[in-house]
Amino acid sequence: MTKLAMLNVAIDNYEVSRMQFNFNSSEPLYMQVADQIREAIFTRIYVAGDQIPSTTEISRNYHINPATVLKGMNMLVSQNLIEKKRGIGMFVVYDAYQKIVDQRRNEFYQQRVIELVKEARRLNISEDELVKLIERGFGQ
Amino acid sequence: MKGIQIQGVEKSFSKRKILQELDFTFEAHKIYGLLGRNGAGKSTLLNIITDRIFATSGQVIVDGEVAKNNDAALSKIYLSSEMNAYPASIRLEKIFKMTELFYGDFDYTLANNLAKQFDLDLQQKFGKLSTGYRNIFKFIVALGVPAEYIFLDEPTLGLDANHRDLLYQSLSTSYIERPRTFVIATHLIGEVASLLERVVVIDQGQVIINGDLEDVLEQSYLISGPEKEVSEYTKNLNVIGKERLGKISSYYVYGKLDDECFLPDVVTIEHLDLQQLFIHLTNPRKEQ
Repeated sequence: MTKLAMLNVAIDNYEVSRMQFNFNSSEPLYMQVADQIREAIFTRIYVAGDQIPSTTEISRNYHINPATVLKGMNMLVSQNLIEKKRGIGMFVVYDAYQKIVDQRRNEFYQQRVIELVKEARRLNISEDELVKLIERGFGQ
Repeated sequence: MKGIQIQGVEKSFSKRKILQELDFTFEAHKIYGLLGRNGAGKSTLLNIITDRIFATSGQVIVDGEVAKNNDAALSKIYLSSEMNAYPASIRLEKIFKMTELFYGDFDYTLANNLAKQFDLDLQQKFGKLSTGYRNIFKFIVALGVPAEYIFLDEPTLGLDANHRDLLYQSLSTSYIERPRTFVIATHLIGEVASLLERVVVIDQGQVIINGDLEDVLEQSYLISGPEKEVSEYTKNLNVIGKERLGKISSYYVYGKLDDECFLPDVVTIEHLDLQQLFIHLTNPRKEQ
């Protein structure tokens, strides 16, 4: 094996080993697989055109059934975040990062803001106080 | 048709029914979990499939052929269990050769490789192995045989956590390289769950679940909240277990929820993992 090839393998294993799965979570495993890859694209571990770890690598490293991993991958393919190049592997599409950002922005109000206001009400935090707390957060 | 079909298989020992009319299929090229409590009938079923003991009635079909007394069909199946003990004085290497005599082409490369990874000296005699290493060795043999259907009965018995991890990893690697059917009978449900595509649960001699793991978990719920609201919400559901802690009740449910039913906001719904589901499905029901 050439030095470069060895380096690539080392990087691959490093990247694969950064994924985290919670096998006791009630979220289906294939969705966790998709989430982990989406997160890695969002945090720029994988940028447009990068090859992501193969089904085989993920399956082997985490002993997850290959069919489960593939289902997670296919979910990302159908969301146009990754694409398959036959015989080579899966690659991040050019606008994947932007798509994920857009999607997360949409979810931000629904999932975070609504929850935040709900919890503030339960704690008797007024609108003014909440705004101040947010400003304080930005100040950090 | 590919796969192993269990057709109306029953087994009684004297008057006791161990297996009651089992009818299901192990599909080709999938990894199965075969789960059941002690005495549920798992090992009996495995021994019937591999023709080590006879069924009282019913039959086993392997890729379309009746398995009983059929060497061609039986050589496609390999069972690794407590029962296959080898003579104590025989060297491990020699056992590979013996296995090859019956099953054909043994994968020595894989077996030697695995032995190295598990730090197992193949010059040793079988009788010298500890329980853990005996099971590691049997697992290596099971991966080396060219059989299409590999049954592993408690493969991790006596293995430490590192070796169990290595075993699961070797299994998934071998499966990727050469897809075939694996059926893993185990009590370590939490550890093995991620490897499985399908799950079969046997309870008191009957198959109570046989499906894609994901579909099975999809319809497994934990519903919690104040007793009154929870019991009202679950009244038409298949409740398999209940727990109560102070004013909070938790009901375990297996099956579809009632979409029409109003869900009060004091009631929360979560999914179960496979082990929680298994425990509640196979606990004897106590009427309260």
